[in-house]
Amino acid sequence: MSPQMSYADAMDKFDPVFGIEVHVELNTKTKMFCGCANEFGAEPNTQVCPVCLGLPGAMPVTNQKAVESAIRLGLALGCQIRESSRFARKNYFYPDLAKDYQISQYDEPTCYEGSLDVVLDDGTVVTIGIERAHMEEDAGKNTHKGGTGGIQGADYSLVDYNRGGVPLVEIVTKPIEGMGDRTAEVARAYVATIRDIVKGLGISDGRMEQGSVRADVNLSLRAKAADGEDQSAVPFGKRSETKNVNSLRAIERAIHHEAGRQAELLLAGKPVVQETRHWQEGDGTTTPGRSKEEAEDYRYFPEPDLLPVEPSREWIEELRAALPEHPSKMRARLQQEWGFSDLEMRDAINADALVLITDTVAAGAAPQAARKWWMGELARVANERDIALEALPVTPADIAELQSLVDSGALNDKLARQALEGTLAGEGSPAAVVKARGLEVVSDDSALEAAVDAALAAQPDVLAKIQDGKVQAAGAIVGAVMQATKGQADAGRVREIILKRAGVQ
Amino acid sequence: MTDWTRKGALEMADAMAAGEVTSVELTQACLDRIAAVEANVHAFLLVDAEGALATAAAVDADRAAGKDLPRLAGVPIAIKDVLVTKGMETTAGSKILSGWIPPYDATVTAKIREARMPILGKTNMDEFAMGSSTEHSGYGPTHNPWDLDRIPGGSGGGSAAALAAWEAPLAIGSDTGGSIRQPASVTGTVGVKPTYGGVSRYGAIALASSLDQLGPCARSVEDAAALHQVMGGHDPMDATSLDEPLPDFVAAAQEGRANGLKGLKVAVIKELGGEGYQAGVKQRFEESLDLLRGLGAEITEVSCPSFEYALAAYYLILPSEASSNLAKFDSVRFGLRVDEGGTTIERVMAATRAEGFGDEVKRRIMLGTYALSAGYYDAYYGSAQKVRTLIQRDFAAAFEQADVLVSPTTPTTPFKLGEQLDDPLAMYLNDVATIPANLAGIPGMSLPSGLAPEDNLPVGFQILAPAREDARLYRVGAALEAALTAQWGGSLMAQAPELEVAR
Repeated sequence: MSPQMSYADAMDKFDPVFGIEVHVELNTKTKMFCGCANEFGAEPNTQVCPVCLGLPGAMPVTNQKAVESAIRLGLALGCQIRESSRFARKNYFYPDLAKDYQISQYDEPTCYEGSLDVVLDDGTVVTIGIERAHMEEDAGKNTHKGGTGGIQGADYSLVDYNRGGVPLVEIVTKPIEGMGDRTAEVARAYVATIRDIVKGLGISDGRMEQGSVRADVNLSLRAKAADGEDQSAVPFGKRSETKNVNSLRAIERAIHHEAGRQAELLLAGKPVVQETRHWQEGDGTTTPGRSKEEAEDYRYFPEPDLLPVEPSREWIEELRAALPEHPSKMRARLQQEWGFSDLEMRDAINADALVLITDTVAAGAAPQAARKWWMGELARVANERDIALEALPVTPADIAELQSLVDSGALNDKLARQALEGTLAGEGSPAAVVKARGLEVVSDDSALEAAVDAALAAQPDVLAKIQDGKVQAAGAIVGAVMQATKGQADAGRVREIILKRAGVQ
Repeated sequence: MTDWTRKGALEMADAMAAGEVTSVELTQACLDRIAAVEANVHAFLLVDAEGALATAAAVDADRAAGKDLPRLAGVPIAIKDVLVTKGMETTAGSKILSGWIPPYDATVTAKIREARMPILGKTNMDEFAMGSSTEHSGYGPTHNPWDLDRIPGGSGGGSAAALAAWEAPLAIGSDTGGSIRQPASVTGTVGVKPTYGGVSRYGAIALASSLDQLGPCARSVEDAAALHQVMGGHDPMDATSLDEPLPDFVAAAQEGRANGLKGLKVAVIKELGGEGYQAGVKQRFEESLDLLRGLGAEITEVSCPSFEYALAAYYLILPSEASSNLAKFDSVRFGLRVDEGGTTIERVMAATRAEGFGDEVKRRIMLGTYALSAGYYDAYYGSAQKVRTLIQRDFAAAFEQADVLVSPTTPTTPFKLGEQLDDPLAMYLNDVATIPANLAGIPGMSLPSGLAPEDNLPVGFQILAPAREDARLYRVGAALEAALTAQWGGSLMAQAPELEVAR
């Protein structure tokens, strides 16, 4: 049920405290503890072995590349890296958990005590405290058949263990206080920053829609402190944890919904139950999951099959020295280099186009030209096809090539769009499409002169206007010529010829 | 006519090399013996005559063709059912795994196959290696060939009994708190628990991961050394496997037998003797000490005060790890499923585990689940780990003063089947002398030191060495064994009563 109370009202009456757990799926070649391929989308149960199926006798061996990725992420989040950290078993029964325990980290996470600067749309910088970033393995995937699609009441359930054992890093924030009505915005910006960092590090493809970055959002409300009193002295309220909020927009929506729901309960004098809730993308609400009364005791203990993770100081410093630029610093630098306005920059960020523009510029295009393509025609096509920009079948190099054809005068705007359309349709690079479709600008003046003369002869009234000094009337002739040449003429050159033939110049 | 079943593994290997016998003949002799005595002994859960003979025939063919073969090629072996064998039912003695055919080989199984040793079958054990008598097997107990009314020890009673009943010259065991050494002790055979990490655990169905170790079982120290040589070495599939070269255990045994033990410092562990130890056990132990002195060793005594808490710590750590290791037996992917029809997954899991696990397994799962629970962890599991550290320190201090430590392997000779079945604490005390080595990860050996005069049943002598010094066990064990057999005028096994043979 949707709450009647708006987010703004809730924030007006209560002080929010929130925290976010982000699960990042690492893009290592193999799984966390075995040699199976770590790839999304294979046939069910084809990427499995005795280890990730939890067969009797099988034993895990830690993927060192995953450890490296986790440490690099920890360093990017400003974390301390523990000299000796351990894996622990988290014990619970579930069909998708092959061993009926998950190998995770508990009291000795590899990365802890970090902080991350997050830049909001208006340039405000918020520092988020990071509690820990720890490694763990993913579970398999259940599909429940029949009933409502949930495990309860299903006719039967299918389990795909391909995802079982995929390496994850879970990043947990400290409680974030004092954000007031900017809570939803900060939460969104935080997850976006994490996503940008993992993509920048190259340790994850960062695709929220495929679940490779997933967020759980914790939110609680507490009374506002009276004037002059310290808000941080007011104890936290009971929190809900909304699981698997898997898009940036959904994070904002989930916080809006939960804030309204909790505020209504509190105002009605009812308690907020400390519980796990499920995000419902369809109507933007949350529904209750397991309440804490039934909460499981995971009986954590150190994983005896694995040795402690003990990275040398030298190695950690090597990894630190090789870290890429922090996304917010990189953005400030790029904006200056490219000369984009704040609005242009923000749009490019929101469209996830920075890397694409960077690569297009690197391939030779001017920054503004690169931006116009990606944020214009390509954004329109991506939107139409409902896919990410980077999923379009066109590379930054293609766009740079296309722009160079425009710059050289070989293509005009209209032809360039046609060439791009060909590339998007799989006809090859823009140059190849130009050749195959014969999309050359007509640059032979005599051909153009003949077309201009024909158009002027057909519209003597327009000719008269031009000769009368109404130069803008030439547009009608330009249009006629473009039509006659099927758009393959340079409009600027056509205009010059018209004026010359009309004797104006 | 030679009864080949009475020969040792290395004797068999030499005889094959000399062309005196074929592997098929040896394997068939073992299979015939199994057929003759199994009804009384029940050492095996599964016998694979076809597979064993096929391996044997292939070895014979290669030998006839003059090909180079591993040292133990063609020597038959029995494998404890805790070890996963591809294509061969593996149950770990539990009904919950009844009918499970593994799709892969344990590392040690693969090494046995590479060594070209015919696998006779899988030996009986206490369910998931929990027990000291094999009475907790889901498939009925094994009987001690020295006295069929008595227990063969456990959990590896099947492997030890197969040796003592002349069914196999070699067997593989697993030792979590004494499951190789205690059965060796009560069956008059030799068993070795290697240094933790010395033999890969990959494919050994886990009981308590931080304590489990696979090891060789044989009728002589040198045969055990030869099998250890095959089993040991680094395995990238086991993260706890030691990455270092394997010493020559057979050479160490030969060295000890040939040159004696001059200058060796041997210390008796004060806490592992005295009260609760049977008179005949103590008597044979003392006699062995005299023999060691005669071999040139210096005997002293050390105190390991923390050993008093070893049993208590062990019975917190083991059940804790076991409760987690055994969670995977949930009916979802393999083994038994008790389907209640239309009920929830939780109820199917619960019904399957209720039916598939035996009492001792349930007891330990409950103990471990409790010990790991929030609010109890520090008091139980946490404290037990501290005791473990203290025991490691006791050993470290003791090994400052001595090259090896010794004790009786078990406080008593084998008790009667059923005698301790309803008294878990009495049963647990059988392992009081063997458990400390597992808690510290150090290697230990049990070898026969004679028969207790009061009941004519075998007594075991335990030797412990520092971690990674397994070779020292073979050197000392072989020297003592040579002195003992010289005194007896033959091996102790020669004194075992003849079993009734089925026709």
